[in-house]
Amino acid sequence: MKAYLTRRYLFSASHRLHSDRMSAEENRATYGKCNNPHGHGHNYTLEITVSGPVDQRTGMVCNLVHLDGFVERDLLARYDRENLNVLPEFMATVPTTENLCVELFKKVQRGFHHAHLERVRLEETMLNSFEYRGGNEDHRIW
Amino acid sequence: MVYLTRKAEFSASHYYHNPEFTPEENRRVFGKCNNPNGHGHNYTLEVTVKGDVDARSGFVVDLKQLKEIMNREVLDAMDHRFLNKEVPEFFTHIPTTENLSIAIWQRLATKLEKAHLHRVRVYETPDLFVDFYGEQ
Repeated sequence: MKAYLTRRYLFSASHRLHSDRMSAEENRATYGKCNNPHGHGHNYTLEITVSGPVDQRTGMVCNLVHLDGFVERDLLARYDRENLNVLPEFMATVPTTENLCVELFKKVQRGFHHAHLERVRLEETMLNSFEYRGGNEDHRIW
Repeated sequence: MVYLTRKAEFSASHYYHNPEFTPEENRRVFGKCNNPNGHGHNYTLEVTVKGDVDARSGFVVDLKQLKEIMNREVLDAMDHRFLNKEVPEFFTHIPTTENLSIAIWQRLATKLEKAHLHRVRVYETPDLFVDFYGEQ
């Protein structure tokens, strides 16, 4: 039996949306308040969905201890209370929540092997959220 | 095709234990959840059904019927119960959120008439939930 397990985590970080490929005026027009040179912050909610057969012996898709440990060590320790713009992955990429969502997906896919990664969903505020499923065109509704 | 979701809440206790494991293995794999006295959660259940909208009623499913089926098959059996000791599925299966979503699917799937069961989602806490789509 295949099941999908979703876990939510919280972290807080700051960012500034600014593209070196645009003029100062274009940046202001595109990013508005998010282009403020001093940056601003969000409480992000990270939602990770993994899937797999339910192990008959444990009743689990994967042991949450493994998922929580990976996320704490490899994601939250890196991004919580950090300025995203100073991190190497956002030196040449604007730290929009779209790009952060894709980056988080890639990190989970590379580093977590106890279950299959289905999607990463990232809430920037209670009103905005973004999802990435590795480019797989899956029309499943969640 | 339209998808309709109905929510319900129930509270139950459980613990995780596999009799084939040694006590040490049980503690290592299941951690605090292995406490034989059990512990509880407020579960939120979301049942999503899908179907065409009936031209005469404008319904995918009669919500009253869906609510009655959910109450009878799930809440009456599981609300304020100790899952390991009172719900037959968990005499032989560990009552993880994964197995709970599968058991609820199996209880509901055969009882629905016009609408088809699409998804069972069980929240163990607001930060942890499992989806089951009936996939083998």
